[in-house]
Amino acid sequence: MTSSTTAPSLTTPSLMTRFRWGVSDTFVMVGRNLLRYVRLPENIVNVTVSPIMFLLLFTYVLGGAIRTSTPDYITFVLPGILVQTLLFGGFGTALGLAQDVQSGLFDRYRSLPMSRSAVIVGRLVADLLSNIFVAVLMIGIGMLIGFRFGGSFLESIGSPAIGILFALPAAAIFAAVGLTVRSVEAVNVIGFTLIFPITFVSSAFVPVESMPSWLQPVAEANPFSLAVNASRSLALGEDPGSSLGGVLIWVVVLSAIGVPLAVRAYSRRS
Amino acid sequence: MVGAASAPAIVVKGLTKTFGKVEALRGVDLEVERGVVFGLLGPNGAGKSTLVRILTTLQQPTSGSATVVGIDVVRDAARLRRSIGVAGQQVAVDDQLTGLENLEVVGRFHHLSKEESKKRARSLIERFDLEDAANRRANTYSGGMRRRLDVAASLVGDPEVLFLDEPTTGLDPRSRLSVWVAIEELARGGTTVLLTTQYLEEADRLASRIAVVDHGLVIAQGTATELKERVGGSVLVVQLSDHGRLEDARVVLSRYGTNPKVDSSTQEVSVPMSAGAGAIAEVVRALDTGGITLSNLTFHQPSLDDVFFALTGHASEVAAAEATGKSKK
Repeated sequence: MTSSTTAPSLTTPSLMTRFRWGVSDTFVMVGRNLLRYVRLPENIVNVTVSPIMFLLLFTYVLGGAIRTSTPDYITFVLPGILVQTLLFGGFGTALGLAQDVQSGLFDRYRSLPMSRSAVIVGRLVADLLSNIFVAVLMIGIGMLIGFRFGGSFLESIGSPAIGILFALPAAAIFAAVGLTVRSVEAVNVIGFTLIFPITFVSSAFVPVESMPSWLQPVAEANPFSLAVNASRSLALGEDPGSSLGGVLIWVVVLSAIGVPLAVRAYSRRS
Repeated sequence: MVGAASAPAIVVKGLTKTFGKVEALRGVDLEVERGVVFGLLGPNGAGKSTLVRILTTLQQPTSGSATVVGIDVVRDAARLRRSIGVAGQQVAVDDQLTGLENLEVVGRFHHLSKEESKKRARSLIERFDLEDAANRRANTYSGGMRRRLDVAASLVGDPEVLFLDEPTTGLDPRSRLSVWVAIEELARGGTTVLLTTQYLEEADRLASRIAVVDHGLVIAQGTATELKERVGGSVLVVQLSDHGRLEDARVVLSRYGTNPKVDSSTQEVSVPMSAGAGAIAEVVRALDTGGITLSNLTFHQPSLDDVFFALTGHASEVAAAEATGKSKK
């Protein structure tokens, strides 16, 4: 970050002041991004229409042909589609950032005495809030077509929370990509070619045991499978076992890579 | 040195910037006093925007140094951002936010309180004549209104130095005038402004000092009057009916201005004239006495191309490209 290279001088604000500014900058940025969400409702519609379609198509078209250990397919697939949808939210993060680069707004922000990380964190927090909204909506629709939580209240909250948490570092990595390629179109191409294989070669839509034996280890090692497994276990009220810890480790590792990468991509002065 | 009040607004020394193999800046030296509107005049691709982006901490120079209000643009970038305002070449307006909201957000990022940001936003909206549209989303604004809002946003932090990169490019004449009036008001208020432009007319009207930039170098500096004197003030163009008399006409015109240009394809001879419009009658009489008949005569204010021709002996890249395009047709 540039602030670390600032020579100490009489007017350099204290660490405390800088921290307070950073928090305030982040809040303002979250507010600005949420305003854009509210005023461009088509954005929310865009991110919710396809997952709801997925949910209906998988449940009613494919579900009958897929044998799962759960009482019915919707119980199996909802956590999978939910975590996938939340991951797709990272796409929105990258698109939003690429838009802000293209519109010239980031040049304004970068010329202001504001915190560099606030721009990234403010975006991530706003997208996290939108993800919470999406999760509530999808669970609601799932319940209309037969989905039921099998565990305690806490486990029921924990199930989507795992997905929301897992999507966060992914969004940061997407953000770094969006800020590096700087074009809405390129983000689309990269996003689709990455997300589809990652989310389909996993335990999200079919039991891993039904895949060819050479593919099973790939699907099992996929961190996305871990997140789905943890979320699904909590939804069913079963013990998530090691998947929960595994997800948390992935979240920490990916965050440690993604967030600094995104902030660096934003601050870069070529 | 902590942004001493006595330091010049901008000091640039031997600044270079290369992008791969392209040398955008090739050793720029510049000094801008406080309280003036300084014009950076040059064609597209001359390096004006690169210089502005370096001075506003958006890019780093390849070599050389620059300070703004005594603060180093590289080492002390974070601190400098509190003292400058920028309206870049691309209008940076949040389309989904209203005019007021746009300015309030910028105020908050300057770490003004909520109330202070609101107050500041309202006064800037008034100052830039946007009251009627204050609560409308910026995506309903016209080009001129967006530009005014953009300039207003660059003033939220009450900057010591304001950078405006081609503030009127792409605007219709009426919007251009409204931006000019806004900049003139700033100048009267004593704000130091660095303005880049491709139009001599704009630099002439707004800037008290002008630096002419070409191919990444400052090739001339001075007041508008000084530069015009070097160009020779206005330009007289005479078109002959007889192709054979072009050289004779050149000799006659050389008595009224230096270095007349002969264009045999259009049968025109042009000469910069410092004497002004009053000398036209004399020129016509002189040509008439020499038996040279004219098919047309025009007298126009010097353009950026005239400045370039006088300073460099070659047309600006843009003019040259246009000329080749024309001759190909």
